[in-house]
Amino acid sequence: MNAVAKKASWDEAYNFAYLDEQTKRMIRRALLKAVAIPGYQVPFGGREMPLAYGWGTGGMQVTASVIGPSDTLKVIDQGADDTTNAVSIRRFFKRVAGVATTEATEEASVIQTRHRIPEKPLKEGQVLVYQVPQPEPLRKLEPRETETRKMHGYAEYGLMHVRLYEDISRFGHIATTYSYPVMVNGRYVMSPSPIPKFDNPKMENNKAIQLFGAGREKRIYAIPPYTRVKSLDFDDHPFEVQRWPQACALCGARNSYLDEVVLDDKGGRMFVCSDTHFCADRQEKGHRGPMAADPAARAFARSSETSEQKEDDGR
Amino acid sequence: MSALVLSESLGTTVRQPLMRATGVSKSYGDTIGCLDVSFTLHPGEVIGVVGESGSGKSTLLNVLSAQLPPDAGTVEYDLRHRGMSDIFRLSEPDRRRLMRTDWGIVHQNPRDGLRMDVSAGGNVGERLMAIGARHYGEIRAEGLDWLAKVELDASRVDDKPKTFSGGMQQRLQIARNLVTRPRLIFMDEPTGGLDVSVQARLLDLLRGLVRELGIAAIVVTHDLAVVRLLADRLMVMRHGRVVEEGLTDQVLDDPHHPYTQLLVSSVLQV
Ligand SMILES: Nc1ncnc2c1ncn2[C@@H]1O[C@H](COP(=O)(O)OP(=O)(O)O)[C@@H](O)[C@H]1O
Ligand SMILES: [Mg+2]
Ligand SMILES: [Zn+2]
Repeated sequence: MNAVAKKASWDEAYNFAYLDEQTKRMIRRALLKAVAIPGYQVPFGGREMPLAYGWGTGGMQVTASVIGPSDTLKVIDQGADDTTNAVSIRRFFKRVAGVATTEATEEASVIQTRHRIPEKPLKEGQVLVYQVPQPEPLRKLEPRETETRKMHGYAEYGLMHVRLYEDISRFGHIATTYSYPVMVNGRYVMSPSPIPKFDNPKMENNKAIQLFGAGREKRIYAIPPYTRVKSLDFDDHPFEVQRWPQACALCGARNSYLDEVVLDDKGGRMFVCSDTHFCADRQEKGHRGPMAADPAARAFARSSETSEQKEDDGR
Repeated sequence: MSALVLSESLGTTVRQPLMRATGVSKSYGDTIGCLDVSFTLHPGEVIGVVGESGSGKSTLLNVLSAQLPPDAGTVEYDLRHRGMSDIFRLSEPDRRRLMRTDWGIVHQNPRDGLRMDVSAGGNVGERLMAIGARHYGEIRAEGLDWLAKVELDASRVDDKPKTFSGGMQQRLQIARNLVTRPRLIFMDEPTGGLDVSVQARLLDLLRGLVRELGIAAIVVTHDLAVVRLLADRLMVMRHGRVVEEGLTDQVLDDPHHPYTQLLVSSVLQV
């Protein structure tokens, strides 16, 4: 990165954003179609991307195709900006596209995510790119691709409710907590990728563009801004998001998605925001949770670097 | 009330057909599947199709049930809002809707007709959910109701069909199909592969349900005892053609075609 020449701010050993122009054009065409038909899975000719096992390449390819030199990129993995994968993907795009990066949701123009939607509401002009391992919401019950394609084509979605029926008959309630299927714009049933169902309501009428990339299955789909997105349910078992009896131990938030963190081997534990930036931001603004002063709790806080800064700033 | 009964019975005497096949043929390369088959089926009527293995019974049934397009001939069905229509000229979504609402298909192999990884209740409820049922309690109640109708224990409602015996799987298949109150049900060797005692019980059940619900049925079997019990009329197939047809008792007690005579006598030896 130090060796970056004046005219280009990225490592010129690579084409801008790593993929060749033809591939990016092909992916953009698929993206345009996906945006035009909300929730519809558009096939595309995927490419390989260099990354750690388990991340999949769909989201990376979408990001590479939409990002420009003036963009600011945020990468989150399970809500955190500081996991190994999030850090290395951020570093990758910094190198191959020369883009600015950030952990602040409101500063990012492109946010690549795995497993979460940021707590802070997104704005017009922002792009949220989801990494998708399995794009087909019907796959678990119908292994035949020819058949699922017809089901989508003819909007035959009874099977989706069979999946929810099975949940209730087994557990007494809809036990699906992530990849919870949604109906997009009243037409296509879609997998929201493995985000917690807590995040499902955020997809509806979102001001940002939501793009989904599945690399292995070579499918792209999208939710344009201000689109209806309904989580499937039964009249007598309505959709509900997860709730926690406690507030975030560090920032005191009562409306965020909480992760359980084990503090010691004596059963000590706490619940903290999974969205590390959201949590740090709240603490910076002076919000305090019940364990905010506990050194053990602070040490286990995911975004320790940011938290330390806060300690200095906040007092 | 009596006026309604009267008009209904008048309607029956007019005998609007439910299904009409005309010159249906289907070959596999040089092998004849079925050849130039024509017949008319009326509401509530049960037609049996008998013949040796390889005589074309399954081919005919697959064409009639829209699972296999014929090479020649037409299959018309009395659609609820459109009247007699060629089922192979329907759009695919319309045809699929017909197949999962107004028709039922009981496959010889339950694996082809059941979702083995879905509970019995889910299997029965699937068609209801497919046509828009969105109340879990009602779907489940209806599922339990149908399990009882096919004499499956309510305690098995959450068990998967792979834990069921062959006879139970067959009964579950029947429940799964009848839940939308179809007007026509297709069955290919419904008692095939079952123990004799299990067969008898299943036949009794089928006869009761078909009569009680007034469903028309086309039943394919190589077993004359099955059609003796279930079918009003019989078609005897040989080398893909229908060689004899008529009322079941007449055909079985007084067969005219030499091939039918052979069939009947061989069953008597069994
Ligand atoms: N998929 C197929 N491909 C080729 N030949 C077939 C196929 N299905 C059936 N046949 C042939 O068509 C003829 C009629 O078969 P079928 O309709 O299965 O008879 P049945 O059900 O009376 O035993 C037989 O000669 C059979 O071998
Ligand atoms: Mg057969
Ligand atoms: Zn927090």
